[in-house]
Amino acid sequence: MLEIDNLSFDVETEAGPKSVLRGVSLSLAPGRLVVVTGPNGSGKSTLARLIAGIETPTSGRILLDGRDITGLSITERAKAGIGFAFQQPVRFKGLKVIDLLRIAAGRNLTIHEACDHLAAVGLCAQDYVRREVNSSLSGGELKRIEIATIFAKASKVSIFDEPEAGIDLWSFQNLIQAFKEMRQAVADASLMIISHQERILAIADEIVVIKGGSIERQGPKDEILPSLIGTEMAMGGCPRGLPWRKADA
Amino acid sequence: MLSDVQKSLLKELTGRDSFADGAFNIRANGQSAGRNSTDSIRIEPKKEGAGLDIYIAPGTRRDHVHIPVVMTDSGLKETVFNDFHVGEGADVEIVAGCGIHNCGCDDSEHDGIHRFFIAKGARVKYVEKHIGGGDGVGKRILNPVTEVEMAEGSSMEMEMAQIKGVDDTDRKTTAHLAAGARLVVRERLMTDGTQRALSTYVVSLDGPGSSADIVSRGVSRGKSFQRLDLRIAGNAPCKGHTECDSIIMDDSRILAVPALEANDVDASLVHEAAIGRIAGEQLIKLMTLGLTQAEAEERIINGFLA
Ligand SMILES: Nc1ncnc2c1ncn2[C@@H]1O[C@H](COP(=O)(O)OP(=O)(O)O)[C@@H](O)[C@H]1O
Ligand SMILES: [Mg+2]
Repeated sequence: MLEIDNLSFDVETEAGPKSVLRGVSLSLAPGRLVVVTGPNGSGKSTLARLIAGIETPTSGRILLDGRDITGLSITERAKAGIGFAFQQPVRFKGLKVIDLLRIAAGRNLTIHEACDHLAAVGLCAQDYVRREVNSSLSGGELKRIEIATIFAKASKVSIFDEPEAGIDLWSFQNLIQAFKEMRQAVADASLMIISHQERILAIADEIVVIKGGSIERQGPKDEILPSLIGTEMAMGGCPRGLPWRKADA
Repeated sequence: MLSDVQKSLLKELTGRDSFADGAFNIRANGQSAGRNSTDSIRIEPKKEGAGLDIYIAPGTRRDHVHIPVVMTDSGLKETVFNDFHVGEGADVEIVAGCGIHNCGCDDSEHDGIHRFFIAKGARVKYVEKHIGGGDGVGKRILNPVTEVEMAEGSSMEMEMAQIKGVDDTDRKTTAHLAAGARLVVRERLMTDGTQRALSTYVVSLDGPGSSADIVSRGVSRGKSFQRLDLRIAGNAPCKGHTECDSIIMDDSRILAVPALEANDVDASLVHEAAIGRIAGEQLIKLMTLGLTQAEAEERIINGFLA
């Protein structure tokens, strides 16, 4: 159970102090899937970074299974059961895909196990498992590898920040299937997916809409989704028309 | 008889526990501690001075020769001349390297001068590792000189690695390439403490269609210093690429000195150099996967130098 209690995050900018998140509260029960949506710049990635411990909140608390993890380091939170697939994945010279998957899993995954995780994100595993996670990979390939590492980590709470960005239509179907399978494979796993995609919103149990750093609406999918259809918070079909559209900055 | 320390240095240098068959020469504390020639690879001590002549017969197929050097006596200083004569069309792997274990207070120094005469169409893979150990205050010093003459259509791939432990090194590598010859170098350097590593490559692409690809990756830590001096001269229609890519840490310093010289309008030469600390986002990514910051640094460095 992940509980976000009245979380705020202020930053100093050249133009003066700015409030990025204001009094955000939500809870994510075991086995549930929440999709967080909202316009660009509304603070969705910041919320994910606060949960993962990359940023420190100005006020408020984060609880995991009743334990206050607000003061824990990134590493401690990862060990406590938080997984986070970045919106913009990181490249490493010299580290191979198999290395990242093994670090994520926290054990010496077999090649076969690693391949299963890659196959789940639509990558032909043999071609990728020994590739370096460097600039030879395309944005879309990197994004899928990032998602596969979070599948491999199998955390209590997994956060995916715009997993659809840079992913073509064919593997988009697979991705949705993979999220469904992850919910079944990891008992009581909770998923938080940040997305504008109608078809990802459609598999949510709950939807949270963030605007300008605050929660505008939250509730069961059936209640929230109809009002979002056709807005920028629920894009239909192929994102912005082009399957190879680059991830949003 | 080799001591246990010598045996473990040998194992680290060559990946082997023992030498029985195949061509090899083991040099321990300035003496030969075992040598074997084969039908295709003949090893002869030099008539004057320390060193070997190593003859690889023309047409030798996929053979290898090991010539490791270990030094465990403190205060030893030696200069060794090894000449490799690689016959036409031969295909050979040469594993060299030096391990110095210095527990004493005097400096130990090994200066190896390796010359390669590579005949037409021959292929050489040359692997050289440098390791240093022991807790004495005496320094571990290695100054390798490598000179390569490559005939038409020959190729050479060099893997050089020096990962910590060596206090002072001044490595000089020169190569002359005739028509169609190809040289590939992969160098890995890690310095720590007050270590100093200087590495200079001077490569002349003399024949048409010759090419060189030289990549040096380094990590400097502590108060160490590295200087990488990569020079290519294109004297004919040719292709040359050098790259020096370094991670800088702590209070260390790195100087990268690239130089390209084109003496022919069809010489195509490229140099890339980058020095920077470990990217913060790389550390954060690995920490979100459960590694501590120190573990994350170690993984990133090991991957980078792999
Ligand atoms: N550390 C920071 N310093 C300055 N501005 C920040 C910082 N973190 C986030 N922001 C700003 O907060 C806003 C929300 O960013 P983000 O969470 O990335 O939005 P979203 O993911 O919803 O598109 C953006 O305007 C961003 O520039
Ligand atoms: Mg974002």
